[in-house]
Amino acid sequence: MMRKRTKFGRIAINVVAGLGLLYLFAPIFFIIAFSFNKPNGNFNIAWQSFTFDNWLNPFAEKSLTSALWKSLEIAAISTLISTVLGSLIALALSRYAFKGSSSINLFLVLPLTTPEIVLGSSLATLFLGQNFIDFGMTTIIIAHIMFQVSFVALTVRARIRGFDWTLEQAAQDLGASPFRTFTKVTFPLILPGILAAGLLAFALSIDDFIITFFNSGSIQTFPLQIYGASRVRIPPQINVLASMILFLSVAILMTSTISGMRKSAEKQKNARKFNVLHRK
Amino acid sequence: MTETVVRHNRIARNADRVGLGAMIVASVCLVALGTRWVSGPMVSVIVLVLILDLVGVLVLAARGGPEARRLLAPYGLLKPGMLWLALFFLAPVWSLIRISLSTKESRFSVNYDFNWAFENYSKAFSDFGAQFQRAFLYAAIATVLTIAIGYPLAYVIAFRGGKYKNILLGLVVIPFFTSYLIRTIAWSTILADRGIVVSAMNAVGLQTVLEWMHIMDNGKLLNTPAAVIGGLTYNFLPFMLLPIYVSLEKIDVNLVNAAGDLYSNASRAFRKIVVPLSIPGVFAGTLLTFIPAAGDFVNAQFLGNPNTTMIGNSIQDQFLKQNNYPVASAMSAVLMVSIATLVLLYTRIFGTEDLA
Repeated sequence: MMRKRTKFGRIAINVVAGLGLLYLFAPIFFIIAFSFNKPNGNFNIAWQSFTFDNWLNPFAEKSLTSALWKSLEIAAISTLISTVLGSLIALALSRYAFKGSSSINLFLVLPLTTPEIVLGSSLATLFLGQNFIDFGMTTIIIAHIMFQVSFVALTVRARIRGFDWTLEQAAQDLGASPFRTFTKVTFPLILPGILAAGLLAFALSIDDFIITFFNSGSIQTFPLQIYGASRVRIPPQINVLASMILFLSVAILMTSTISGMRKSAEKQKNARKFNVLHRK
Repeated sequence: MTETVVRHNRIARNADRVGLGAMIVASVCLVALGTRWVSGPMVSVIVLVLILDLVGVLVLAARGGPEARRLLAPYGLLKPGMLWLALFFLAPVWSLIRISLSTKESRFSVNYDFNWAFENYSKAFSDFGAQFQRAFLYAAIATVLTIAIGYPLAYVIAFRGGKYKNILLGLVVIPFFTSYLIRTIAWSTILADRGIVVSAMNAVGLQTVLEWMHIMDNGKLLNTPAAVIGGLTYNFLPFMLLPIYVSLEKIDVNLVNAAGDLYSNASRAFRKIVVPLSIPGVFAGTLLTFIPAAGDFVNAQFLGNPNTTMIGNSIQDQFLKQNNYPVASAMSAVLMVSIATLVLLYTRIFGTEDLA
């Protein structure tokens, strides 16, 4: 009797999870399917007929393509700067015990617990009515770095939490200079964490809408272009470009997962070898 | 001669205090300059202080010996990022509050007189009180829904995923690799009046049930409060799911097995072991979902109607369309303060230490 009930519960929760997954994918199926639609009029929202035209001309919408390039440019610059700034903070927080570290931890979380609309509007009030910087590329990049720094610092810190800092001492005991210790020991070991944080920062920048909206001036990023155009027209190229970004990210995710799985398999193999050797 | 050496050593020994102090002074200088809090000749004084501050620490690092350098190192690493946040996060909040207490000279002017204009706040409450209420209500419902959907999914991945765990986790994140706006626009098409969901509901005859539940309105699904809440739930689901997954994944399965060995049934083991251990994840997820949801305006814009606007829509409209910066800033400030208060209360009641 009891066993039956558990089994029923087991199936029920699997069904709920399956429905959850379906909910997550509903709009994605829709976006991909409608990239093959031949829309009637300006709005690609009703299914008409199947076509490959949109995929053959993914860059036909000039304003959309240039906005996408703008977004990539902004993301590249802001990610580069924020990854450096954030990683330095993470290094300080996990490598040293120092006065004020707990307040700095708290301060780092603050931008994440502030709604984007507050961050965006307050930054705009800072830029308003001063004559050093005009609203545009610079203000967007400044804004993106501002919200990326905390994400990078917290991500890198979480990734290097278990780092064995005595390795640095070992290197120095063996006569390595502090600089050489950093480039040969510390940096290679924390690099995966930094790269992961950089990818996250890049994704955040590409997709940011609310903060950018307040600080963009006349610059059109990819999300801003979609927002501005959505009232007048929704061309199928939006779906094509979105699907492309999706497929590209999935490819990156898959390669990193597979290489990670391979690495851990190799580690296990080596550990087994080590055990065998020692038993002898 | 010896006296100076002693003093020098004392400074070197306390280099960490000097480093921390210098960082705070530099941050204050940047906030003062950024918000144009100081004016006239004071500006050059502050710039001078800032330069002396930065140069002074460098001199101390160069001349203070290895001990001073070791003590100064963390502040050197922190400084660039911290000063960036001081200038582009702290200073903006300050200037937001300043503008929220100012009046405009004329409708199209960009100059403001700071005169403790609290009427901006009373106007924000009287004109946009409904939007405030809606923002908090919708965000709260969406947060509860993300737990209802995210928890079972995270549970299945963490405990039943087996070797497909990583793949399942990847599947959960993949939808969020498409742009936020495109996802929301896709929902507006799915829920449209002649779209698939509405037709399916009509075909199955669920329409009357949904109407009774106030989810559908006159045969419409799009442009209803339910659509806005659904959009918020969808868009912020990963922020709930991932922290819950992380805390579930840490649970030692042996604990659950031990409960079974001690004659506990599955649901009791779940209630007494899995739920308490997953609370930190739910806690972090609630913050990460509720905060952005309360300030969002994209979902209300694409999936709602004029009667479902949230405070984000009003701030955006007053700021960017009406150029009414004082009232928009007042609304932003109220949103910020009320969310900070809620977070503090929430942390006090349910707080766990390992949040960040």
